[in-house]
Amino acid sequence: MAVVLQFAIGLVFGVGLVISGMSDPAKVLNFLDLAAIGVGAWDPSLAFVMAGAVAVTFVGFAAVLKRPRPLFAETFHLPTRRELDLRIVSGPVIFGVGWGLAGFCPGPAFTALGFGSGAAALFVAAMLAGMLLARWLANRPSLSAIAPPMDQFET
Amino acid sequence: MVNAATTFTPVASLAGGALIGVAAVMLMALTGRIAGVSGIAVRLFPPYADGELGGRMAFVAGLVAAPVVVLVATGKMPAQTIQGNAVIMIVAGFLVGFGSVWGNGCTSGHGVCGLARLSLRSLVATISFMAAAMATTFVARHLG
Repeated sequence: MAVVLQFAIGLVFGVGLVISGMSDPAKVLNFLDLAAIGVGAWDPSLAFVMAGAVAVTFVGFAAVLKRPRPLFAETFHLPTRRELDLRIVSGPVIFGVGWGLAGFCPGPAFTALGFGSGAAALFVAAMLAGMLLARWLANRPSLSAIAPPMDQFET
Repeated sequence: MVNAATTFTPVASLAGGALIGVAAVMLMALTGRIAGVSGIAVRLFPPYADGELGGRMAFVAGLVAAPVVVLVATGKMPAQTIQGNAVIMIVAGFLVGFGSVWGNGCTSGHGVCGLARLSLRSLVATISFMAAAMATTFVARHLG
C-alpha cells in the first residue's frame, strides 16, 4: 500500500514538474539567463513554480508535523544539522554549475526519461555516478576534517 | 547555439508548483521523509540503511511516468527542448549529481522542502545554487 502511494506521490510530483514547465530545460535556462531581461527574452515562470511549491509545502508541513507520527512510519525524519559548513555552499555551487549548463536538476532529469530522451538518459547516468562518488568521498574518514559525514536524514 | 524561446506561464507554473508542494506534503504525511529527489536517488544504491527501497523506487518510477500520463490525459507531448550535446549532458549530469549529494540536497530538498521549513542551511544552499546556475548560464550563453 505504502509503495503504491509513493508511486502516486512521485507521479503527482512529476506531473507538477511537467505542468509548471520545470521539465523543459529551455524554460529553466531562460529563467536563469538574467541577461535576457534586457532584450525581453527572460522567462520568470520558475519563480512562480518555486513560490507555489514553497507556499503549499510551508502550510502543509505545519499541519502534518503537528500529528504524532507519519501514517507508515514510526517518526518524522527531519534534518537535524544546523551549522553552516563548507559543504552547504560548495555542494550547491557545483550543482548549480551543472544545472546552468544543461537546465536539468535531478527531478526533471528523471521526468525527462519518460519523454524518451536519449540526452536525458546520458545526463541521468552521469548524475547517478556523480552522486555515488560524492557519497563515497563524504564517507572517507580522511575527509572528515573538511567535510562532516553525511546526515542520513538530509536529502 | 540559438536559444529556444519560451513563453511566460505564471498560472501553469504556479499550479504545477502547487502540485509539487502537494506531493512533498503527502510524502511527509505518509513516510515522514523530505521529498528530496537527490537524496531519494542516491539511496536507490546500497548500502541500504532502512527498508524503504521499494518506496523510493516507486517514487522515481512515478517521476518517469509523469510525461506519459500527461500525454495520455491531454493527447499531446508537453514541450521539452534540450540544448547541449552529449558531452555537455555528461559533464552537467555529473556536476548535478556530485554537487547535490555533496551539499545534501537539490532544488526539491533545499529549494522547496528546506525553505518551507525555514531552514537556514537550505536558504544558504538555494542562494548558492541559484547564483552559480545564473552565472554559468551567463557565461555559457554570452561569453562562450
